[in-house]
Parts: sequence; C-alpha cells; structure tokens
Amino acid sequence: MLKQRLAAILIFALGAALGWFVYASEVDGWRPFRLGLDLSGGTQLIYRADLSAIPTADVQESMRALREVIERRVNLFGVAEPLVQTERGGFFAGDVEERLIVELPGVTDTNEAIALIGQTPVLEFRMLREGAPHPAEGRPVEDVNEHFESATITGRHLERASLQFEQGVGTIPNMPIVVLNFNREGGDLFADLTRENVGRVFGIFLDGIVISAPVIREPIPGGSAVISGNFTAEGARELVRNLNYGALPLPIELISTQTIGSTLGEEAVARGVSASLWGIALVALFMLLWYRLPGAVAIGALALYILIMLALFKFVPVTLTAAGIAGFILSVGMAVDANVLIFERMREELRAGKMLREAIRDGFARAWLAIRDANISSFVTAIILFWFGTSLIEGFALVFGIGVLVSMLSAILVSRTLLLALSTESAGGVVRALFDSGLPEHRA
Amino acid sequence: MYIVTRRKTFFILAGAFVALALGSLAVFGLSIGPDFTGGTLAEARYSEGRPAIEELRASLDAAGLSGYLLRTTEEDGYILRAGVLADEERAALPEALSLGGAYPASIERLTEVGPTVGVELRNKALVALVLVALLIVLFIAFAFRKVSEPVSSWMYGFIAIVTLLFDVLVPVGAFAFFGYLWGAQVDALFVTALLAILGYSVNDTIVVFDRVRENLRLNQEGNVREDFAETAGRSLKQTYARSINTSLTTLLVLAALYVFGPSATQDFALTLIVGVIAGTYSSIALATPLLVAVAHRRVR
Repeated sequence: MLKQRLAAILIFALGAALGWFVYASEVDGWRPFRLGLDLSGGTQLIYRADLSAIPTADVQESMRALREVIERRVNLFGVAEPLVQTERGGFFAGDVEERLIVELPGVTDTNEAIALIGQTPVLEFRMLREGAPHPAEGRPVEDVNEHFESATITGRHLERASLQFEQGVGTIPNMPIVVLNFNREGGDLFADLTRENVGRVFGIFLDGIVISAPVIREPIPGGSAVISGNFTAEGARELVRNLNYGALPLPIELISTQTIGSTLGEEAVARGVSASLWGIALVALFMLLWYRLPGAVAIGALALYILIMLALFKFVPVTLTAAGIAGFILSVGMAVDANVLIFERMREELRAGKMLREAIRDGFARAWLAIRDANISSFVTAIILFWFGTSLIEGFALVFGIGVLVSMLSAILVSRTLLLALSTESAGGVVRALFDSGLPEHRA
Repeated sequence: MYIVTRRKTFFILAGAFVALALGSLAVFGLSIGPDFTGGTLAEARYSEGRPAIEELRASLDAAGLSGYLLRTTEEDGYILRAGVLADEERAALPEALSLGGAYPASIERLTEVGPTVGVELRNKALVALVLVALLIVLFIAFAFRKVSEPVSSWMYGFIAIVTLLFDVLVPVGAFAFFGYLWGAQVDALFVTALLAILGYSVNDTIVVFDRVRENLRLNQEGNVREDFAETAGRSLKQTYARSINTSLTTLLVLAALYVFGPSATQDFALTLIVGVIAGTYSSIALATPLLVAVAHRRVR
C-alpha cells in the first residue's frame, strides 16, 4: 500500500519533470521540436544518379562522394539544417536505382532550389575510342558512348582546381588555364592512364560538353592535368570556383520535387496543435464521464503518455510531419484502449463479488494477454508502414509505433500503480460506486 | 447472444455494405493521385483575389502547359494537376500562375513525382498491404496455436483476413464517393490510412478472439460442456462494451483531427473514421459470428 503510494508520487514527479523539460526546452529553443518540410515550409528534391559510367564496385563510394559534394554546395548557400541523403530505390518499380534526396528547409521556391543544386558542374573524363573522329571542343557530343569509353579516373578523384595563366608569346596575351589536381588515388590512376594510352585522345567533359580533348603526348606523373580551353579570365575563374565547391562525381537527374510554402506549413502546425488539444480534451471528458474514478486515473496515465511522447519527439529526435501529428492524435485515441480493457475487466471482477484490490489485480492480469496480442499486431503494422514510407509517411509510422509501445507501458505501469494507490481495503458502497462504471442498466 | 444467433442478418448487412462499396467503386472509380501515377500538383494562393479560371487557363496554355486540371480551393486559390513538368515549364510556372504579375500569387505547394517513383510507391503499397495481412494471419495462428477445438487456430487467422477485407473495402468504396464529391485523390496518406485501419481492426478482432480463447480454456479446465455458439456469444457480450468504447475514443480524436486538423490530413481522418466504424462492426458482428458459422459447418 505504502509502496504503491510512493510509486504514485514518483510517477507524478516524473510527469512534472517531463512537463518541465518539454516546456522549457521549447521556450528556450534549446531543443525545439523538429518539424518536417510540410510543417516548416521548404523543398525536397529527389535525384536519380546516372551510374552507367561507374563500375559496380565503386557505386557506394561514388554515392558517398556525391552526397558530400551536394552537402558542401548546400551549406555554402547558408540553408539552415539541410538534409542530404542517398537511398537505393526502385526495387519495386523493376529497376534498382541510386537516389539522392535533398531537403532544404526554408527554401520555398522550387526553381531557386533546383538552381542551387543545378549549378554544380559534372566533371567527367573519357577516352576517345579508336577510329572515332576528334570531337569539337565546346560542344555537346552526340552518342557519347559510341565515340568515347569511360576512363578509370572520374570527377570524384579531383582534389582541387586552380586558375593559372599560360605565358603568352609576343603580342599574344596570357591565356588562362585551369589546373586540376587529383587526389593520391586519382594521381596514380592518371599516371597509369597516360602511360598506357600515349597517343590517344583524352576528353574532359563538363556537364556533358567537351571542354578540352588533348592528345596524350607522354605519361603524366604528379597527379595534375591542365585544361586549356578558350577561356576568358572570368569564365576560367567561375569554372575553378564551381569545381572547387563541388564537381559532381556522376551525373544526376531530377525525378521528384516537393515544395511546401511557409503559410501552409504554419497553418498546418496551428491546426495540428488545436486538433491535438481538442482530441485530448474529448477523450478525457469521455473517460471521466464513463469510467469515473478509474477514468480520472486513465487521464493521469494519458497525460503521462503524452508527456513521454513529446519528450521522445525531442530526444530521438522524431521529425514531425502533418501525418506524424495525425499519427500522434490517433495514438491518443488508441492509448486509452489498454485502460478501457483493464477497467472493463476490473468491473467484471468487482461485480463477481471480489474485493476491490483483488479486482484491480485480477483485472490487470486478465486483460494483459489481450493487450499484448493486440499491441503486437499494431506494432507489426507500424513497422511495415515505416518500411513502406516516403519520408512523410515514415513520420506517421514512427510516431504510431512509439505510441503503441509507450501507451502499453503507461497503461500497465501507471494506471495500475495509481489505482492500487487509490484503493482502500474497505469496499463500501461509495468506493465501489467510484470504481464502477458504465450505465446502470449494464449492471447485471 | 443476439448477434451470434441472428448472425445471418448481420452477414447480410455486411454484404450490403460491401455491395455499396463495390458499387461506388464501379460507378465513381478511384481517382489516383500523382503520388502513384507520377505528375504534378501545385496549389497557388492569391493575396488579392484569384483570376477567373479562363484567364488562368489562357496564361497556362501560353506557358506551354497542356493536359492539366484546375480546381478552386477554399482559400482563394487554385489547385493545378498536370503531368510531369519539363524544366522550362516549371521555371515558367510562377509567372504563368500570377498571370505575369497581374494577380500576385504564392505557390504554397508544388509536388512533382517522377513516373518511376510513382510506380514504385504503388507497388510498394500493394506489397505492404498484402504483407500486413499475411503477417497478421501468421501472428494470429501463432498466438492462438493452443486453440484447436472446435475451430483450428488457422481459421481464426483466416477469418481475421475476411474481416480485414471488409474493413478495407468499405473505406475504399467511401473514398471513391469522396472522389466524386470533392475530388479526393488516392495518395500515400490514403494507403497509410488503410494500413492503420488494418492495424486498428485486427487489434479489435484479437481482443474478442482472446476472450473466446480464454472462455474455451476455462470451460476445458472446469470440464464444462458448452455449445461453441454459446461460448462465442458470451465472449462477445463480455467484450463489446470495450470495443465500442475504444472506437468511441478513437472516433472522438479522429473527429477532432477532421474538424480542427490541418487540411493535409482531412481526407485521411475521414477515411480512418469510415474504417474505424467498419472495423468495429466487423469485429463485433462479423468475426465471432463467422467463427460460429464455421464451427457449425464442421459439426454437421
């Protein structure tokens, strides 16, 4: 008895601490809720990576390099908390493809977002096939794969590019040239490549255009190559800047976009909060009216459930979306389910003539199997939903799944402790009436 | 119990719901959104009043768009649905929607889904639905493995699937009707709603089955001979208050979500409301009575 009352006090203390944490961390902005793009406003872009020129063994490495390049690029533009990730998708569409997902909170103009990513140049190296005509510089090449074969060295081997001027002769002005410095691996590859292919044409492609196609005259050790196109000083400087900020190691193609304006996002947050409050209030009212004292206990358990969930959202952290909020609201409705099961069971035991404390203990014990099995099936659904999900649905599944687990705990541990703490050894009419529930005609 | 003895009436009622749902599906059809087919959805808002639809059409046509659909929104705006946009079309969109600046517009939402992404999501959705159903049968068959008389544990799983089919068909039929009424489109959220309904309904059904399981065990322990219909009816009577109460609390929050919640999740809430009602009906008036019907067939 004393033990349960102590436990009850501990539970209230925990609730108060969680409530303080949720409130204070939000007000201070120390650990605010993380809002998804559909609530904060922003743009999500999904690209497909063109892996045709990449050997299978290098795919993961190339995708990692691609992600880093885009990340650098996005950070450069000062987007707050961008998210860049790669994903393997398309399995269920028949073709597996590597994708790049870029989320830009606060960028609510799709075209601006695309431009931001799109300015990143793609640097590629190719070897001209034997017998193919020498390509014209500064033009895109048709049927690239017919005329060229991929080289062992790729854009991801570039360490940095720099601008230099080639000494002019006589009246010819100094010509700007771009020097590419490869990383160690790239340097070795380039040395091997030039040694084995003396006399062949080496094509340097930028965004699919041949910017330079020199003939390899001699092996080039040392890990650097020179592009001497017909650059103006300004053009060369821009190229160097773009290459340094990030040359894409492989071409990408935009396949999906999603943009949510800030007004729509703010509305969704405001309405989500008001729907949550109304939902909670309605459930609380119903529980109190129908289940009386146990109903009040269920409200206590529900309050703790909500606080634990909110704290988890901040700690995990869970990215909240409109679907996630819907999942949370739904979970509030379902969270009382375990309580309902227990209370109905408890009432049966009471009516069967058991003493109050015994009825509480038996009610919990008997309801447990049903609660366990029902929650396992809900949890299985949540896992599959999570797997099914696009990022917006994942929010729902995550919240729903966590909700199932937490609600089970809150019903079993919290409601039980509180009810036992409230119960007395006597079973007078008043106490029984308080613990009883339902409509009078239910009483058999 | 009443529901068990008069089970035919409830089967017929369920059949009528299914027929209605199928009819709605056949007449109105489901309108599949760009999430699954690939395409574009844009919502524009006009701070100083929206242009007439003909004007907007002319402007969009001039920008090179074709084969699009326009709908007005409550918030003084338009929703545009179109195929996948080319880069130039996308770039021209803000200008075209504001009629060259004559009607200041903000694009509040722009979703473009590439065809492969759409196909993938559609296939994934189907796999997810089947997978959930399959895992649930397996789980129920496992959880009820000690129950074999008079109905095998597999039958519990199988009946759970029949009720799930009902729970999914009814909201799908309702959604086809919503599509007719206000152009609701099947999107990823709709599939989420269906999966959530599956989870919810099976949860509900398991609670009733659990009671049958317990009563069968108690009878066995106490050497009580009782007709299965009797046991099932008693179990149902002991659990239906809980079923209805849980549904009520869930419906209360869903109603709050529908009325006060974000517009993005309104159709979702409504689908769930229909699904929860169907799920409650099926777990009370379909699952256990079916169990009894199967048991009786065995006996004969």
